[in-house]
Amino acid sequence: MSFPDPIAVFRTEAAEVLEQIEAGLLDLNVNLGDKDQVDAVFRGLHTLKGSGAMFGFEALAAFTHHCETAFDRVRKGEVPATRELVTAVLGAKDHMRALVETPTGDHEAASEALLATLRRAVEGSGDGSSAPPAATTSHTPAAVASAASAPKQILYKIRFSLPQNAMANGTNPLPLLDELVDLGECRIVADRSAIPSLDQLFPTDLHIAWDVELLTSQPRAAIEDVFIFVMDEMQLQIDEIEIAAPVAAAVATVASAVQQPVPVVQQAPPPARAASPAPTDAKQAKAAENVRVPAEKLDELMDRVGELVIAQSRLSQLAGSSGDLQLRAVSEDVERLSGELRDTMMVLRMVPVTQLFGRFRRLVHDLSIETGKAIELVMEGETTEVDKSVIERLADPLVHLVRNSCDHGLETPEERLAAGKPEAGRILLSARQQAGEVIITIKDDGRGINKERVRAKAESSGLIPANASLSDQELYQLIFQPGFSTASQVTNLSGRGVGMDVVKRTIDALRGTINVVSQPGQGSEISLAIPLTLAIIDGLLVRVGTGRYVIPLSAVEECLELSVEDDMRSRGRSFISLRDSLVPFIRLRDLFRTGTKPDPFQKVVVTSTGSERVGLVVDQIIGDHQTVIKSMSKLHHDVATFSGATILGDGDVALILDVGHLVAEGQQQEAHLRAAG
Amino acid sequence: MNEAIRKISAEVWSGRDELEVLTFDIAGEMFALEAFIVQEILDLLPETTVPGAKAFVGSVINFRGKVIPLADIRLAFGMEATKPTIDSRIIVIQLEIDGESMLTGIRTDKVHEVTTLLRSAGEPPPSVGMRWRPDFIDCLVRRGSEFIILPNLQAIFTAQHDHAVSKSSHG
Repeated sequence: MSFPDPIAVFRTEAAEVLEQIEAGLLDLNVNLGDKDQVDAVFRGLHTLKGSGAMFGFEALAAFTHHCETAFDRVRKGEVPATRELVTAVLGAKDHMRALVETPTGDHEAASEALLATLRRAVEGSGDGSSAPPAATTSHTPAAVASAASAPKQILYKIRFSLPQNAMANGTNPLPLLDELVDLGECRIVADRSAIPSLDQLFPTDLHIAWDVELLTSQPRAAIEDVFIFVMDEMQLQIDEIEIAAPVAAAVATVASAVQQPVPVVQQAPPPARAASPAPTDAKQAKAAENVRVPAEKLDELMDRVGELVIAQSRLSQLAGSSGDLQLRAVSEDVERLSGELRDTMMVLRMVPVTQLFGRFRRLVHDLSIETGKAIELVMEGETTEVDKSVIERLADPLVHLVRNSCDHGLETPEERLAAGKPEAGRILLSARQQAGEVIITIKDDGRGINKERVRAKAESSGLIPANASLSDQELYQLIFQPGFSTASQVTNLSGRGVGMDVVKRTIDALRGTINVVSQPGQGSEISLAIPLTLAIIDGLLVRVGTGRYVIPLSAVEECLELSVEDDMRSRGRSFISLRDSLVPFIRLRDLFRTGTKPDPFQKVVVTSTGSERVGLVVDQIIGDHQTVIKSMSKLHHDVATFSGATILGDGDVALILDVGHLVAEGQQQEAHLRAAG
Repeated sequence: MNEAIRKISAEVWSGRDELEVLTFDIAGEMFALEAFIVQEILDLLPETTVPGAKAFVGSVINFRGKVIPLADIRLAFGMEATKPTIDSRIIVIQLEIDGESMLTGIRTDKVHEVTTLLRSAGEPPPSVGMRWRPDFIDCLVRRGSEFIILPNLQAIFTAQHDHAVSKSSHG
């Protein structure tokens, strides 16, 4: 095992911090008065600056410093948070990401431009605010202490200790103590009880805790502010001992009156501070519970559990066939345990869709600016959990769909007002679990899909014959065809017809389905139904010749017997008539060249791949089978007919059919036969 | 050509004078694989034919809950297929293909022993007088009156030629 590259660790951390900053900014954009978010953003910027400098990302540190300064002023109430500021810092945040990723690149011009925007955002609002620059300086502790000597003095007993590795991490307790001294009359006692004997003393470790008695007129929040950057790791206890006697209540009221001229400074912090300890505690508790594990280790564990489940099913077969009661009892125990283990394992791989949805807030924010449409994004069911690998692959299709909704679905504000709708368009992004699937819905209240235009476009591009009778659903599915776009004008966002087919392909690969509902003038709704996990599917176990195969149940529509007449008609690919429509079928026995005689009563499994229905002729339908999917090795990547393999209860391997590819292969073979014949 | 082969065989030894190998029989020839890539030796297992796959890797087996391909080196060397006997075994090896590590089984007629081969007894494969593709062989090692073949698995497994495959008696 080698140590992780510190730079790589910094990058991972920075990416996380940047995400937090972004989330904070977007929250702030919704509620500009939210002091918690201002603090969160400020803390994030500060962390980034500090660790950036520590790891040699000077450009990043310098740039971030300016943003931090700007936010510091907001935090102190000198300038209000404005949408311009949020947008400017959002832009700056993207730049920081670039600085993290390519620290050596030429970023100076971009930095300058962004800082200019930032300055404008801060100054612009600064001019409007009532707080004159002179007053704003009064926040420095010394100034406040002298200016407000009258307010009531409170004696605080503060006890704090930093984690042992605090100094190694760049925290120095001395400045913290100095800051406390600045707050008021101070008596500091170091608690040295935890210092080990000399032979065990590690010089860079910190073993000292401090007891501080502080007599100050400052609010409790000011003390907490001293520790703002180390709050998460440290232990801090602040007790109000007593109200120092000499200051009378009457004076206090006078004092509060005196305080009036600088209200922005003094009033704002307390509520925010008062509110923040709770989340901080929660965060601390959460941090202690979470363990970071590389995804591949989870996959490895999943494999082991899969093996265990298979071994267990063999054990129970053995136990079942032997009369040994004790063996049976043990086998049943193992069965229960391995079942539970598998369920727990599945849960481990599940992550809430919050991660996925989070990025859409930014996307919609940007799109709203780009398109000039007011867009409100509503998210529901963010706690719904989905397999991690599914989440990763869902990101791109969802981006396409959300972009599409913003760009094509929603009307301009004028059009909306004219149609009697609220000015701001609404996009609902929701997730919910339904049986073994998670349903992700993107719903907008825009103009809806224009069926006539879809039809006209499909006809003109030859996707469907003229005047073909199609159900609404079939018609809507056409928008997922490659190269299909009804937008007459191509915008920066969409309209190139690339994207929707990518969506379709990705969802197909995830074995999901897409459902489209649209009401003209009311908006449209696109639902993606995705299996909860990629690791396990429900399948139909069939036999072809001597081999057993699994057909994903999601692709199966119905099963029926192949009548003798249908069977006799022709070799190769033929048709059966199913409720007045012709369904072509493929004989898997021929396709797989099993060289065996067909069973007397062959079955047809009718599968659907999107719009097309194809029957697969098999010898026997064995039944429903829960399948742990194993991927095929590299050596079999040229075999597209199978999407994977699974291990049956008796230890044999069964291959999982990839219906889409199978149909394509069948068509090729038919073409081949035609050419040969 | 000869130069190239000498270079390949030099890589096998990579400066070492001895190689620890597992020896086994395929179609009457003795082969050897470096012992450290061998994961396990198995009795014959039920195989699942993969329709449409190349005959060289025409089936898959269940190796401890993993689905791994079963390769038939015979086909790469154009040898006759032999009937499975009581001595037939599957050797599971770890291979690095395109920078990705994978497990695969190899069908053998009989597994002998783990032994040490000496570099001094090694010879590059002759460029004439051999019916096998020379790039499929790393080197030959003389032992007593017979030769042990060290196959170049990288070359065999990455060779996407269907020539050897079409000769197969399978399918």
